[in-house]
Amino acid sequence: MKSDSNLERVLAAGHFAVTGELGPPRGANLETIKEKAAHLKGMVDAVNVTDNQTAVVRMASWAVSLVIKEMGLEPNYQMVCRDRNRLAMQSDILGASALGITTMLCLSGDHPSFGDHPQAANVHDIDSIQLIKMVSTMCEQGRFLSGGEIDTPPHMFVGAAANPFGDPFELRALRLAKKVAAGADFIQTQCIYDFPRFTEFMRQAHDMGLTEKTKILAGVTPLKSAGMARYMANKVPGMSVPAEVVKRIADQPKDKQAEEGIKLLCEQVEQLKTIPGVAGVHLMAIEWEHRVPEIVERAGLLPRPQL
Amino acid sequence: MITAQRKPMEEIFQSVERFGKILLLGCNECVTVCHAGGRKEVAMLASALRMGRLKQGSPLAVDELTLERQCDPEYAEELALAIDKYDAVCSMACGCGVQTIAGRYQGLPVLPMVNTTFMGASERQGVWAERCAGCGDCVLGLTGGICPVARCSKRLFNGPCGGSSKGKCEISPEVDCAWQLIWDRLKQLGQTELYTRIMEPKDWRTARDGGPRRIVREDMAI
Ligand code: SF4
Ligand code: SF4
Repeated sequence: MKSDSNLERVLAAGHFAVTGELGPPRGANLETIKEKAAHLKGMVDAVNVTDNQTAVVRMASWAVSLVIKEMGLEPNYQMVCRDRNRLAMQSDILGASALGITTMLCLSGDHPSFGDHPQAANVHDIDSIQLIKMVSTMCEQGRFLSGGEIDTPPHMFVGAAANPFGDPFELRALRLAKKVAAGADFIQTQCIYDFPRFTEFMRQAHDMGLTEKTKILAGVTPLKSAGMARYMANKVPGMSVPAEVVKRIADQPKDKQAEEGIKLLCEQVEQLKTIPGVAGVHLMAIEWEHRVPEIVERAGLLPRPQL
Repeated sequence: MITAQRKPMEEIFQSVERFGKILLLGCNECVTVCHAGGRKEVAMLASALRMGRLKQGSPLAVDELTLERQCDPEYAEELALAIDKYDAVCSMACGCGVQTIAGRYQGLPVLPMVNTTFMGASERQGVWAERCAGCGDCVLGLTGGICPVARCSKRLFNGPCGGSSKGKCEISPEVDCAWQLIWDRLKQLGQTELYTRIMEPKDWRTARDGGPRRIVREDMAI
């Protein structure tokens, strides 16, 4: 094992992994974190703690990670390249590791124009692939990006994101290969509704030998309503929601749409289990943490292994 | 070239409020090409200022002059004899020109009349687009001739991010995704293997992050 990560143990033991997600609050507020985390406890192997997601200011992802770690969950500490330069990133990684954070996810980050401070400087000192390589080098070689020696190196199970639905499609597996070469131990994908395209992406990744070098968790998000399905289909860049998926939710009366969304998700999980190279699912139940126990139960993902 | 856009009229009127006689100073280089501060734009702004101030009942005397190159001390010298007549110089050159004039005539207010915007090229009549961020260590040879620093909204060196959609950037359907363009050109050039290499973190010292930059050419010095 390269780290103390629970997710690493679960994947190494060959279990079909499940990760969840928790969005930090827009305030110095511990109560909502604890409430959200309580719903996820025992339901998932690690919980992504988002880093100023959609470029909106929220409580620091390392702080929220520590809070949920104390509650006995495993945080997957997210870090974006938008808000910090290489000095700040490396010092945060040292601090996170020293305080017991073992799993992290390296991301580019949404552009500030989407968020609540569109006036902000858009840092991008390094990009997400360079970040993956920087963390891996810090952990494995005990060296900073500058080459300088780290007196006590951090230990992290290093993750990255992949979006099979971004364009150009022919680059998606190649870019994944770069992330794996940079040192990504695991990958979480964008939410999947377009199965033909995802299956093709996985075939390419599998053929390139990437599924042997990294563990790919397929992203799933329950559609809560027809409005949400339409929004995901039309408004989110780099997202593919086929018309029949939107129709399936929209054909239900309003009070049955959420139920249909969960049903769809359960079918998706079953289908994902059959795709070669899919090592688990990443469940992004956006502002729906309280429904996670029911969702993982119905999707046949319980109990979670205790290792 | 350096591109610029004239400041809003309201801001311009406010900035010259306290003056009675100004020199409106254009430049014959980049700002002429991008129609922001050449002879023609100087003439237009001068009459707008005269008329506006006449209407307000506090006439403004505006002399017009366009230098060959405002960012060159040699041309800045041309103002030396007449400069004392003015309350201020209102420059329609880029920020480099404004500062050259201000540096030469220390006692006089020198005000910018344009917002200097970016280094770019003309896409078609009336449209200019950013092409270079002056990073000081050009990688165009590795990226199919498309600049990832100036043209990718996240200046990614190993793009594209997940937001690239149908050739456009996640920030707007009006903005091309630089990494789509890079990939298309690499394919055309038969250089796709360049993409598979990880581009290492950039040394930003050669860009603005290393502090203000200078070029010193001993061989050119006199
Ligand atoms: S790589 Fe640097 S120098 Fe070359 S075009 Fe881009 S910003 Fe300009
Ligand atoms: S969509 Fe393309 S241009 Fe825009 S930030 Fe992503 S990679 Fe860069």
